[in-house]
Amino acid sequence: MLLTRKAEFSASHVCANPVWTEERNRAVYGANANPNGHGHNYVLEVTIEGDPDPVTGMVFDLRELKEILNEEVVEPMDHRFLNKEVAPFDHVVPTTENVAVEIWQRLAGRIGRDGVKLRNVRLYETGDLFVDYGGAS
Amino acid sequence: MKLTRRYRFSASHRLDTPALTAEENRKLYGKCNNPYGHGHDYVLDVTVEGLPDESGQVVGRDALDALVGERILTRFDHHNLNTDIAELAGMVPTTESLAVTIEKVLMAGWPLPARLDRVRISETDRNMFELEAK
Repeated sequence: MLLTRKAEFSASHVCANPVWTEERNRAVYGANANPNGHGHNYVLEVTIEGDPDPVTGMVFDLRELKEILNEEVVEPMDHRFLNKEVAPFDHVVPTTENVAVEIWQRLAGRIGRDGVKLRNVRLYETGDLFVDYGGAS
Repeated sequence: MKLTRRYRFSASHRLDTPALTAEENRKLYGKCNNPYGHGHDYVLDVTVEGLPDESGQVVGRDALDALVGERILTRFDHHNLNTDIAELAGMVPTTESLAVTIEKVLMAGWPLPARLDRVRISETDRNMFELEAK
């Protein structure tokens, strides 16, 4: 069975590779390369796979899941400038893809346990753009 | 990794098949068979799959937007699906037909390094049709 929980955070970022010229960054990232940053209301959907526990009837304790999402994602990233305040985005370009991978890495170890695993991280940068990441294949 | 981008276009259509009588068409398609057609604000989700490149992106947003813009949006938006789209000629322009046609039009000489994974299209927010790319 799949369980999906949603969380939101608002953050600013700049997408630019420091070793590239400003011109190349602009060609690759467009307005996302504007040097002083801009922001999004990110929406995160975390999907967990497992069978309901025969005693509790739950795949995963939703209160615990909420705490994990808060500790690993919302607290560190909400109302922050990702490039300046959230590792590893001081040296990794915070594209939606890279932020999704980072969220996966923060969550997988805390969620995975007997019979339960993190299945998918879906990260919406806007309502019109999202990324799905299911771990390194 | 998959990246999905949402696009919108507005178009008109009428559902009517020459295989059926006027009465049968009326019964099958209901209001969608009204003689002068009607319109919808379609929502199109295009999903591509691949590994992020050196820019940290599965696909450049501008490249995907340009492709979908050129092949689909400029041709379909504010047009009549029964009369204006060559690839739909001979088909009843249901949302199913649109999904099939859009997948075909995008796949023909697909120019991006990430592969097309699927298209999903909705006519209204109560119905959506999803087609995996071949």
